Amino acid sequence: MGQRTPLYDLHLALGAKMVDFGGWDMPLHYGSQVEEHHQVRRECGVFDVSHMCVVDVSGSQAKAFLQRLLANDVARLESPGKALYSAMLNEQGGVIDDLIVYLTEGGYRLVVNAGTRDKDLAWMHAQASDFDVQLRERRDLAMLAIQGPKARARVSELLSQARAALIHELKPFQGLPEGDWFIARTGYTGEDGLEIVLPVTEVASFLNDLVGAGISPIGLGARDTLRLEAGMNLYGQDMDEQVSPLAANMAWTIAWEPAERDFIGRTALQAQRAVGCPSKLVGLVLEERGVLRAHQVVRVEGIGDGEITSGSFSPTLNKSIALARVPAATGDRAEVEIRGKWYPVRVVRPGFVRNGKTLI
Amino acid sequence: MSNIPADLRYAASHEWARLEADGSVTVGISDHAQEALGDVVFIELPEVGKQLNAGQEAGVVESVKAASDIYAPVGGEVIAINEALADSPESVNSDPYGSWFFKLKPSDASELDKLLDAAAYQAAADADA
Repeated sequence: MGQRTPLYDLHLALGAKMVDFGGWDMPLHYGSQVEEHHQVRRECGVFDVSHMCVVDVSGSQAKAFLQRLLANDVARLESPGKALYSAMLNEQGGVIDDLIVYLTEGGYRLVVNAGTRDKDLAWMHAQASDFDVQLRERRDLAMLAIQGPKARARVSELLSQARAALIHELKPFQGLPEGDWFIARTGYTGEDGLEIVLPVTEVASFLNDLVGAGISPIGLGARDTLRLEAGMNLYGQDMDEQVSPLAANMAWTIAWEPAERDFIGRTALQAQRAVGCPSKLVGLVLEERGVLRAHQVVRVEGIGDGEITSGSFSPTLNKSIALARVPAATGDRAEVEIRGKWYPVRVVRPGFVRNGKTLI
Repeated sequence: MSNIPADLRYAASHEWARLEADGSVTVGISDHAQEALGDVVFIELPEVGKQLNAGQEAGVVESVKAASDIYAPVGGEVIAINEALADSPESVNSDPYGSWFFKLKPSDASELDKLLDAAAYQAAADADA
């Protein structure tokens, strides 16, 4: 038996098919993964993301600590509520995890992946020993993501005036507290929406309210196809400790300036950048019938081979799409081997659908 | 609970087989199989005229989740395939026993008797769950 979020019984009551995800028993879908996907793109849906790990960082050197720990620079967060996406690297420049960090009144709030929780915390504690900083894992908090074009409006109707007002005010990629809730306009679907961190004791009743108001519960299956369409990486699949952020479409998350900021992995990344990263993460589109899957081989004529890191059927585009790591010189065509046959694919920038609109 | 019609025969690999009045055998995948696969998005069918042995790979079902091989429950020649599945693969989820995959002209009709009946398949599916 895996770990369970506070919503486990409610998932079962809602008819979820449960699967193991990084040691957690999580809902894969509640009936149809494809229907749930469309629901989020067209209206909205609610995901239990309580398995994710919330860590609050405080102390007089919290900022200096995170400037050392993260490849992106928390100095860019100018006022409480601002958030940024960052890689946490090892000394070799491999990705230990990707995370979101919010600037709060008392310090910073980090949200890291569930499957990497133990090693992340161990790494953070090891690095923290040189700083006056406290790390507090918030097992007392749960998290729901409500995503889709109607998410903010639908959620606001169910909440107090103060919370509705905050939701109305929030800018994209901003998160602020309201009472003991923390409400952020962030997500992992490529749609507008919210991520709400709230006490474990309140989450079941809030999910009940959301579902009671007609907001569909959405499983991890649709979460995966939504993030893939949005061109967002999944840790452990599209990048890991053996992969440089430069080869994972994460160069934009590395803050090179100021040059004197000595973040972990900087030396290794600079050396890679100087010679040029040999591979890159791209999007693939299969125009024929079939489904691209992780680990299928990609062949780029005259250049070399690559590999699909994430692949699936795109419900929005009604064709198969993938993220793949390919030689840096790859142009706009490649081939993928599916069960011994080679299929032509189009190579595009990662990111296939945003805010309900096709990008390719 | 999955639906397992009593008038069909089943392979342990989750195909159903129905002996038709003209002696041909129609093949599809069970309700239990479609449920385990999740939303079906693509089906690769055998070519008409192909000779298959019982248990031989006959095609592939791709769901959003994974690709699964489908096998010929009995040996024989493929005499028809369900072209409509190309445009509506999701019908396998909504109507697994109406959404047939292919028809075989069995080389040995007695092979049907080696397949599971509904009760035996139910037991196999339960053990699987």
